[in-house]
Amino acid sequence: MFTELWLHPALILIVGALILPLVKGVARKPFLMLVPVLAFAAVLLMEQGTYGVFPFLDWNLTFGRVDKLSLVFAYIMTLMCIIGTLFGLHVENDYEYMAAWFYVAGSLGVIFAGDFLVLFLFWEVMAFSSVFLVWFRGRQQSLAAGYRYLLVHTAGGLALLAGIVLQYQATGDLSFNLLDVSNPTLALYLILIGFILNAAAPPFHAWLPDAYSEATVSGAVFMCAFTTKTAVYALARGFAGMEILIALGVMMTLYGVIYATLENDGRRLLSYHVISQVGFMVAGIGIGTELAINGACAHAFAHILYKALLFMGVGSVLYMTGKSKLTELGGLYKKMPLAFLFTLIGGLSISGFPLLSGFVSKSMIIAGGFDDHLYWAAFLMMLASVGTFLSVGLKMTYFIWFGKNNCSQETWDKAADPPMHMNYAMGFTAFLCFFIGVYTPYLYNMLPYAVEYRPYTAYHLAEVIQILLFTALAFFLVVKKLAPKPMISLDVDWFYRMSGSVFKVTADRSMTYVNQWGQETLAEAIPHRLNRFFLEGPARLCLLVVKPIWQLTGVRIDGPDGAEHRFLETFSRSLFTIGSSAIFTVIVLLVLLYSIM
Amino acid sequence: MIVKFIDYLRDRLKLVIRLCFGVLVLLVLYDALLLDKSYAHTAAEKLPGFWSLFGFIACILLIVFAKLYGYLGIQTREDYYDR
Repeated sequence: MFTELWLHPALILIVGALILPLVKGVARKPFLMLVPVLAFAAVLLMEQGTYGVFPFLDWNLTFGRVDKLSLVFAYIMTLMCIIGTLFGLHVENDYEYMAAWFYVAGSLGVIFAGDFLVLFLFWEVMAFSSVFLVWFRGRQQSLAAGYRYLLVHTAGGLALLAGIVLQYQATGDLSFNLLDVSNPTLALYLILIGFILNAAAPPFHAWLPDAYSEATVSGAVFMCAFTTKTAVYALARGFAGMEILIALGVMMTLYGVIYATLENDGRRLLSYHVISQVGFMVAGIGIGTELAINGACAHAFAHILYKALLFMGVGSVLYMTGKSKLTELGGLYKKMPLAFLFTLIGGLSISGFPLLSGFVSKSMIIAGGFDDHLYWAAFLMMLASVGTFLSVGLKMTYFIWFGKNNCSQETWDKAADPPMHMNYAMGFTAFLCFFIGVYTPYLYNMLPYAVEYRPYTAYHLAEVIQILLFTALAFFLVVKKLAPKPMISLDVDWFYRMSGSVFKVTADRSMTYVNQWGQETLAEAIPHRLNRFFLEGPARLCLLVVKPIWQLTGVRIDGPDGAEHRFLETFSRSLFTIGSSAIFTVIVLLVLLYSIM
Repeated sequence: MIVKFIDYLRDRLKLVIRLCFGVLVLLVLYDALLLDKSYAHTAAEKLPGFWSLFGFIACILLIVFAKLYGYLGIQTREDYYDR
């Protein structure tokens, strides 16, 4: 039942993905760009309203709930799909685009979903298509990381499904709107677990650095944008104002920053910053005021762009040199100046430098905290912003492009600015980071509530510039202490990675034991005993009777020619030995007869 | 062009560093003398150069905390999971 003609952008991407393998030759690259552009156009042309309602069993499934909240997320996600596809234009493997587009389609499906069933359907599409972006890297580690990713997301999906079922049982309503967050039930908590697992909130976060650092170069650019931000959308829709999210979000901002400061692998470092930045959004949603929700949406919007820019910058280093560890890079500004410039812009954006996107979005959330007198939350988020600049803007940028040159001769020879399409993708994204930072109405007019917030006040500028520049001062004073080390940091994936091997050893031992027991007892001992019983059983029964008689008469019993041995031998040759089975049969027949009578 | 510019700055590193220190000093002076602090959220922010101090201390604090956390056994050899 179409209320009016409405084209779901996810459908454009899915159809495009299915046609893609048929498009060959000169038409292929234009087609690759056309599909995401069409999806973006579909979002631009969309009017608010409810579309795509289909009756299914007892329910009405809503595929197209279009309002300001879903529009701002759909806008940035389809835009990101264009950027990601452009950046990955060198990829020959059609299936990688298909996986990426299905993944974006999953996100868009969730964003326009009006009820929990449709949401759950697309939620799973996301997990099962994005895992291929990890697997297509083709390394042994990627395969393992992909399976862990899938396992964790399946678990999260099940929690979500259980929550949905309980919610339906309790309320009889499947529609996805703001839940009753002041009286949380088990159903609500299960749905929340499903959502925050995708938002990578500790302790459900370890899948993110694990998978994103193992994904393909362009796959990681897609992944960093969609899963967590779709979860942010779902939280903003269903859990706005749930206080527990403030503490959770603030904890995320700091957790990600601490790990990023220790991290050696560039893409893992950025992954921890996804956790940290999503923490700001989660905290904003928890605060729940109009300003804070606006801030969370604005930050998601800005974050998708600058995080993609950072993943593209570090990804282009990986693409050109094959290395992403800080201990194997350094001094690259001479060889990759453009990639440096773009990554720097990304790094300054995420740190919230004035004139860049992070400045106008993150500050809304923190202002929301201050306005609500949540000083502890606001100050801790400020602390996390310091850490963001410290680890991305300063540490990562410095140790890849400046610092000690750790490149091997091979790495150094390979290093050069990436192909043009990558530069275009990065250049366009860097431009958007500036544009958002400079012309605030562009982003602010898209937000769900009317914005009265003004980021460019003298006080706010002085505050941010002081914090950032003095962070830089502290960094350069202790820069030697921060030199990267070839080490990894253990995270909570330790539990399932190690429990995996514990499980393997336990399963191995216990199964070997069961196997052995089966062999010895079931296959050998029991048939042997049964065999002996049927062969010798009647004879031994008779022996019980005759032995006392022999003992009385004084016959020699034991020994090779004793009475017992001769008796058994005679018995085994005599007619009686047909015996035991015949006796058995007779007994069974008698029992049958008796039961019939 | 970018490389040349960076090399130009690196050749005059001492001057660049002095300029940066100059900017920092000016910034603190601006905060202490000129800035209208009626927009401050808390009383603490009325201290001259509060946010400078905050940035500096927060940065050192985070580095120390992260390093300590790493030494507690969280940081380990790269082939840890390959056994």
